[in-house]
Amino acid sequence: MGTYLLRRLLATIPVMGVVALFVFALLHLTPGDPAAVIAGDYASPADVERIRHQLGLDKPLHTQLGIWLWHVVRGDLGTSIFSGLPVTKLIAQRMEPTLALTVATMTIAVVVAVPLGILAAWKAGTWIDRLVMVFAVLGFSIPVFWLGFLFIYGFSIRLELLPVQGYVSFKKGLLPFLKHLVLPSLTLGMVYMALIARMTRGQHAGVLREDYVRTAYAKGLKAGAVLLRHALKNAALPIVTIIGIGVALLIGGVVVTESVFAIPGLGRLTVDAVLHRDYPVIQGIILVFSGVYVLINLGVDIVYTLLDPRIRY
Amino acid sequence: MRRIAWVAALLVVWAAGAWGVTLRVIPHADLKNLDPIWTTAYITRNHGYMIYDTLFALDANLQPQPQMVESWEVSDDGLTYTFRLRPGLKWHDGTPVRAADCVASIKRWGKRDGMGQKLMDFTAALEVVDERTFVLRLKEPYGLVLHSLGKISSNVPFMMPERLAQTDAFTQITEPIGSGPFIFKKDEWVPGHKVVYVRNPAYVPRPEPPSFAAGGKRVYVDRVEWLYIPDPATAQAALTAGEVDYYERPPVDLLPLMEKHPDIEVAIIDPLGTQGWLRPNHLHPPFNHKKARQALLWMVKQEDYMRAIIGDPKYWRVCGAYFMCGTPLETDVGAEPLLQQDLEKARQLMQEAGYDGRPIIIMDPTDIPILHGATLVTARLLRKIGVNVQVQAMDWSTLTSRRAEKKPPEEGGWHIFHTWATGADVASPVANIGISGGCEERAWFGWPCDERIEKLRDQWARTTDPQKQKELVIELQRVLYDVVPYVNYGQWFLPTAYRKTLRGVIVSPVPFFWNIRKVE
Repeated sequence: MGTYLLRRLLATIPVMGVVALFVFALLHLTPGDPAAVIAGDYASPADVERIRHQLGLDKPLHTQLGIWLWHVVRGDLGTSIFSGLPVTKLIAQRMEPTLALTVATMTIAVVVAVPLGILAAWKAGTWIDRLVMVFAVLGFSIPVFWLGFLFIYGFSIRLELLPVQGYVSFKKGLLPFLKHLVLPSLTLGMVYMALIARMTRGQHAGVLREDYVRTAYAKGLKAGAVLLRHALKNAALPIVTIIGIGVALLIGGVVVTESVFAIPGLGRLTVDAVLHRDYPVIQGIILVFSGVYVLINLGVDIVYTLLDPRIRY
Repeated sequence: MRRIAWVAALLVVWAAGAWGVTLRVIPHADLKNLDPIWTTAYITRNHGYMIYDTLFALDANLQPQPQMVESWEVSDDGLTYTFRLRPGLKWHDGTPVRAADCVASIKRWGKRDGMGQKLMDFTAALEVVDERTFVLRLKEPYGLVLHSLGKISSNVPFMMPERLAQTDAFTQITEPIGSGPFIFKKDEWVPGHKVVYVRNPAYVPRPEPPSFAAGGKRVYVDRVEWLYIPDPATAQAALTAGEVDYYERPPVDLLPLMEKHPDIEVAIIDPLGTQGWLRPNHLHPPFNHKKARQALLWMVKQEDYMRAIIGDPKYWRVCGAYFMCGTPLETDVGAEPLLQQDLEKARQLMQEAGYDGRPIIIMDPTDIPILHGATLVTARLLRKIGVNVQVQAMDWSTLTSRRAEKKPPEEGGWHIFHTWATGADVASPVANIGISGGCEERAWFGWPCDERIEKLRDQWARTTDPQKQKELVIELQRVLYDVVPYVNYGQWFLPTAYRKTLRGVIVSPVPFFWNIRKVE
């Protein structure tokens, strides 16, 4: 296992290297000029040219790539062309809201969806099953921005229970922190609830038809013990995969939800950087995202071994 | 028991927000750069007004009034200006404001700003006399010295400490220290989300009442937070719920909702408004021919554009003045083609210009609704006069890069794009960069080339007599309608929405946050 982990961790280096090269190439092939954005609408063409020179954007591409890679291997992702702040600082500022939203969303989704999926599988073919599946289809089909605005209208404007927008760090109090997270994580959670509930139901329904489940019932075990202790463990692998992908997607940025609730997460940082062609920020974020994806995949693989003793690396 | 009392007291303080009065603002854009000399972005200009101060500032009559300056003298020959700073001015780091700081700041601004460059062209020397006095010596009389130093919009000549002002004008300063009414909290700045300012306790305001950027800058709140909320519906909900106090630029389609709300005031605080520009590329056919550009004048009907992009007539007006309606330089001389749409005449002029049916490429920034709307109106009108139109969708960043291309349109260049400029940037022949006829070397993107324009702008700048200036503007506008550097597709006034708990919101082309009281 140790060797496997080491091998997987080492494999992240070439993966991130290839990602870095691709991102750099794609960015510089895309039209758009950060110097023109910085200079503003009323700057003269000569001023734009001077700024481009000052930022080193007039250097040959291979020189710019070399400079960037040299900094990256020394752990420096560069500084934002616009704000002049280090990219690592910008990412760190956005990491807490992103992680908080991810954890809250996934917690809500798993806590609600897994029992619902199990219930639907247990009561397969009944009205309960159909109700759960209707909820799942709706949750997956309703656009996030629409649901977000609906929640804002209901809970913030009409009932005045929760804030409309923004993020408050947990360092400033647990209650405001949670209050600001409820609506965005509920909005986002609906999508993942739907996905996980469907997946759980499908896997569980298959497992419940297995001989060992029938044997468990024949031994006189209660439904709860069969469903949770015996069936769930065997149905869990695809569910864990879905949760892993969900976590990676959430960390990678949920731009619409972040925009609707004005949460300063990584998704908005990415989109802002793309719209302004802030090359160092885009390159830095994508590099971090690729690392996160690799690590989450690794985490999912490790969880497999805990759930299924037959899996060994 | 004592512990409980402490906790209760803290809770009361927390609940009352008694860390001070905080004004929460949704600005029109995210603050991305801190140096108002490095960029012309309006959001950075607005940030500049928060933390920096100016030597002079324009009042509501667009006349320069002293701000940091206590007194000034002009020699009889008009060549020497002596400025004396107000006593007691301090930078945010506690050091005194010196004449040397101002000299360095003017020099840096003079390398970037159009009016600043012009002033520097006329300047023979800029010298420090003592700690509070400096002298500006001109090569020849120049009518815009005070107007330049009091320029209200980008780039504003903000004063900075000498050690910062000595930074290369093309390198961004990252240490935001000014002497203005607010102090920037860099440690709380989250680009893309939040900008925080606190009241500058050492600031000494002038005694006069505020008027545009001039007068006393009295601060009645302890803290101002700019919260960038990218989604307009969320921003409107936040204002409605009272989570924010001031929404700088709500989109026009949300205004009816806010106008009906009993706790929200919707008001036009920028009396000069904004002018729409349809910019043709003067380098390539057909718009390298004067008649093709004149065809655009006959084609455009401002009312069509304004109804499409703004809607409610109370927020726009038809205006034939190159230097905006409602300003001292307003005139409608030569504006007949723009104000009387004649599509047949436009079609005829295109033919006379030798238009050969080639596709006319219009760059369409679909991420900016107003400009996207204007693009679609232009495309429809061009088709009506028999022009083969190709609308190319892109984001604004791509447009700003592509508009610098001088290549023929079919090789990656362009024919037309739309933009806008605020009244503060348009209301003077020197400040209005869109009219520059400086050709490929000095004109703005689109590169109009006409000696008459440059000569008249120059004469206007040298003249100190207001009557003579007005005559020159009339002559200049006549030439502009002949050359057509751009077509003005209308003047609009975007309102600001704020909670009725705010008092003292200043009417001005730039949003200022001094003089505002927050009452409950």
